[in-house]
Amino acid sequence: MLAYFLRRVLATIPVVLMVALFVFSLLYIAPGDPAAIIAGDQASPEDVERIRASLGLDRPFVVRFAEWLWQVIHGDLGTSIFTNLSVAHMISQRIEPTVSLMALTLILSLSIAIPMGVIAAWKHGTLIDRVVMMVAVFGYSTPVFVVGYLLAYVFALQLDWLPVQGFTSITEGVVPFLRNLILPSVALGLIYMALIARITRATMLDVLSQDYVRTAKAKGVEQKGILFVHALKNAAVPIVTVVGIGFATLIGGAVVTESVFAIPGLGRLTVDAILRRDYPVIQGVVLLFSFTYVLVNLAVDLLYTVFDPRIRY
Amino acid sequence: MDAGGHAAAPTLPDVLPEPKQRGRVMGFVHRHPTIVLGGSVVALMVLIAIFAPFLATVDPTALAPAKRTRPPSELYWFGTDMLGRDVYSRVLYGSRVSLTVGFSVALCASVIGTTIGLIAGFTRWVDAVVMRVMDGLMSIPAILLAIALMALTRASMKNVIIAITVAEFPRVCRLVRGVVLSLREQPYVEAAIASGTRVPVIIWKHILPNTLAPLMVQATFICASAMIAEATLSFLGAGTPPIIPSWGNIMAEGRALWQVKPYIVFFPAIFLCITVLAVNMLGDGLRDALDPRLAKRL
Repeated sequence: MLAYFLRRVLATIPVVLMVALFVFSLLYIAPGDPAAIIAGDQASPEDVERIRASLGLDRPFVVRFAEWLWQVIHGDLGTSIFTNLSVAHMISQRIEPTVSLMALTLILSLSIAIPMGVIAAWKHGTLIDRVVMMVAVFGYSTPVFVVGYLLAYVFALQLDWLPVQGFTSITEGVVPFLRNLILPSVALGLIYMALIARITRATMLDVLSQDYVRTAKAKGVEQKGILFVHALKNAAVPIVTVVGIGFATLIGGAVVTESVFAIPGLGRLTVDAILRRDYPVIQGVVLLFSFTYVLVNLAVDLLYTVFDPRIRY
Repeated sequence: MDAGGHAAAPTLPDVLPEPKQRGRVMGFVHRHPTIVLGGSVVALMVLIAIFAPFLATVDPTALAPAKRTRPPSELYWFGTDMLGRDVYSRVLYGSRVSLTVGFSVALCASVIGTTIGLIAGFTRWVDAVVMRVMDGLMSIPAILLAIALMALTRASMKNVIIAITVAEFPRVCRLVRGVVLSLREQPYVEAAIASGTRVPVIIWKHILPNTLAPLMVQATFICASAMIAEATLSFLGAGTPPIIPSWGNIMAEGRALWQVKPYIVFFPAIFLCITVLAVNMLGDGLRDALDPRLAKRL
């Protein structure tokens, strides 16, 4: 068990290094002078020279990468060109809304999508099944911002049940926090729910035709017990895998959702950075999100052994 | 000879009705409704894109400040935006951007991904290197990778296509490599290797044809996600240049007014959703048709 954990943790190191290398070298792969790109359109030649010097373009690439990596490991993600603040500081100011949004989305999606998939598999071929699958296809064909505007239009503007935009910290009370965050979470979660519901249904169909499910039925276990204890536990591995892979969609969607609902999180920071061409900030956010994604998938791999003790590799 | 004592079989009365012969076309429609429905909608969108100049009522970029933000009416079917431009005409022209980006990314990602995947599947040392690189690329959420690339270059449709392709091709690469690895163990490939067939010939004759089916399905899904990615990038201000009317751009411009003039955002949104849905349905249908084993489960 411990050996497996260690091996999996060690195996992520090359991936993390690869991600870091990409994020670092993007600037040099792109056509044009890296110093001019970073300096932006309005920079004077002196600014470009100053940035060129700070980038250390005269030294070998490997040395620059190693130095940059060393700084990143120590939590130094560079300095924003626009605000002159440290990128790490800017990220720390904006992280709470994003984490709240993603956490609520994850909770909502899992608690809606998994029962949806289970019921669709149980009622296989019926109207319920077809409706669930239809919703799932619509879910992954609709861009996050379209869902966001639609929800905001109906529930905030027309019905006036919820605020249109904004964010309230959980420290100011759970109810206002939820009222602000519920629409963004549903908008962001729809595509995720679609993915999870589909895979849950597919694996449950597989599992429900297994001998041990028949045995459980024969010995008189009630339907709910079979579905949620015997079957779901055995269907867990593919579901958890999709939850992990789908996390990338969740991250990308968060950037968009925050723009639609004016949530002052990392997504807004990214979009502002794009508009100002503040490359160090973009680099920092991409790096942070990618590392999170890698860590989530590492956690998923480790969870496999919890759901399926037979897994040893 | 026929009359030579052999009792001819008595003709049976026609009790069984003729088996119902469906025409080839109707039979296909019946068996693969999603392919037909998805395909028709995509075809319709392609026609709209091609004939946009004839279908549009006015020049999509023509400014008419006096006719700002008119709601949908007989004259302006989808209303006008804050600069007085006709949203209907803009949405029609927008289909060109979405379809071009979707198809181009699907094509480029398939060609690049297949080439690298084939090489990786056949050369062990390349495989080790390439797959680590792909793992790294796939660990960066696709839309963020595209955003980072777009932030480095000037906004243009070509750059949007390149950025989304870079974010999408590792998936193809992985798929093709997986197929190659499993095909290599097949007896007919081993036989070809044993009889001294050159590797390029094996790839061309034995491997490539077998990757086409899953590749086609994957390409459709990539086309759909590329369309969403283009709209998202444009919506965030890092995509197609604002001067070109793309669905993402129209929505981005409508954002400021969406609480009072929601139709500017909703018409392009509806077109985008229908197109992406159609492409996804086409992909689902193709997958079911090409892999019946999977079709039963999913």
